[in-house]
Amino acid sequence: MDQLLKLLEQNAKLNDEQLSALLGISEEEIAKAIAEYEKDRVILGYNALVNWEKVDPNDCTAIIELKVQPKRDYGYEEIAAEIMRFDEVETLWLMSSSSYDFSVVVRGHSFRDISMFVAKRLATLDSVTSTATNFVLKRYKENYFTIIDEVKDERRHLNID
Amino acid sequence: MIDYNNILSEKVANLKPSGIRKFFDLAAEVKDVIALTIGEPDFKTPWHIREAGIDSLKKGRTWYTANAGLIELREEASKYLKRRFNLEYDSKDIFITVGGSEAIDLTIRAIIDNGDEMLLPIPSFVCYDPICRLAGGKVVTIETKRENDFRLTAEELRAAITPKTKLLVLPFPNNPTGAVMRREHLEEIAEVLRGTDIMVLSDEIYAELTYGGERHVSIAEIDGMKERTIIVNGFSKAYAMTGWRLGYVAGPSPIISQMLKIHQYAIMSSPTTSQYAAVVAMRDCDKEVEEMKKQYDMRRRFLVKAFNDMGLDCFTPEGAFYVFPCIKSTGLSSEEFCEKLLHSKKVAVVPGGAFGSSGEGFVRVSYSYSLDHLMEAVKRIKEFLEELER
Repeated sequence: MDQLLKLLEQNAKLNDEQLSALLGISEEEIAKAIAEYEKDRVILGYNALVNWEKVDPNDCTAIIELKVQPKRDYGYEEIAAEIMRFDEVETLWLMSSSSYDFSVVVRGHSFRDISMFVAKRLATLDSVTSTATNFVLKRYKENYFTIIDEVKDERRHLNID
Repeated sequence: MIDYNNILSEKVANLKPSGIRKFFDLAAEVKDVIALTIGEPDFKTPWHIREAGIDSLKKGRTWYTANAGLIELREEASKYLKRRFNLEYDSKDIFITVGGSEAIDLTIRAIIDNGDEMLLPIPSFVCYDPICRLAGGKVVTIETKRENDFRLTAEELRAAITPKTKLLVLPFPNNPTGAVMRREHLEEIAEVLRGTDIMVLSDEIYAELTYGGERHVSIAEIDGMKERTIIVNGFSKAYAMTGWRLGYVAGPSPIISQMLKIHQYAIMSSPTTSQYAAVVAMRDCDKEVEEMKKQYDMRRRFLVKAFNDMGLDCFTPEGAFYVFPCIKSTGLSSEEFCEKLLHSKKVAVVPGGAFGSSGEGFVRVSYSYSLDHLMEAVKRIKEFLEELER
């Protein structure tokens, strides 16, 4: 069933019939497996991988390194919950780094947008001791997809093969 | 003015141009074609194989190797054949060629003299026939059939043997049909051949690409057959190494040593960089092969179902990376089918007749393409069939 997850990770639009053909498993079993994955939150959801730069050239993304000061009864979980509630936060990870604790991925309409969010929302949180904002300049590959227009098939036709 | 027609060898001038080529020329004229025609992996050579090639260049290993190839590679090939296919070959009975193609050429040239007969199951890859003709031999074709899943049967073989028969080409897993000869089928073929002096050219270039749980069985593994079999194999299909041009041949010493004679005069030695890379391929890449195979297998199942659902009878191939659906129900010849499909939907597949007369009524569809590519192609072929019916 690993293969089923891999296929959906590559293309969530594959329907049960197609998945059944690809994997040699009945459609019923596919549907059942997916329902279970969804119930168990193995599959968290399905989203389109949007290339926002094509929609808005100013669209930007930043990875913010957050240093925090956990306290008794107010540890990483509680701090994470506080950060998570901002809609601007796309991804939040607790890191094993020695120099910071949380990695926060934020998307905004401009550099300024994001800087203001960090200054006003994140930096002001009681437990946050420092922030470092890293802006993404160019995206090459995301979730296994390359972000260039099209990969050309360079293979040539031989006279025989 | 020189009349070159008088100069050229008659044998060469009489060779027919490849049937696939005609179609490719046609396809080349249409823009933005969705091709399903290519007979090489869409994967790139696994990175650490490439790295081994690069490393050999950095170290300045840019000389010829021994005529027979790097001893490390021949030893690795010996171990590989044992590990993957349970075949016992001493490294001295294996040598490295420029692709499986050279190995085919050498085998036929080493065995066929003027007037000798070579048995060739068709449909199959297009090179055996012209090489045999160049050697002065006569090609005797055996038509494999859809109802036998395109396998060669003992009966068909027996009926084709004459006192002049010297060589049987056994091209399985098969290009273009994807047919596979399982152990029980090979036993039957062996039964016919044991006790004769007929040699077998077993072209096992697709040996790593078999599906459905059963691994490829070489006829050389069947009792009494090793002594009458020459195994041709290579790195192109299994390791996605087509451009490295590297293959190998294994067989009985007296034949291998004579083939090596031709190789050393015609080729000297196979590409050195490729040989260093190939050592790593054979030694460390079973996992990469499995991963590529898994992808092919999914695509195979997808296409077989898609064609059968469209009403084009398509048997389930167990090897290589082609499906071979029957298009007779459309009332078109395979060439007409391919041309119409190309012009109306910009999808290119190869007419089955290009692989021998019995391929007529079928088309070869390669699945060495991404799933997205295949899904788009299937959608268009379906539209094409619906429009044909109207």
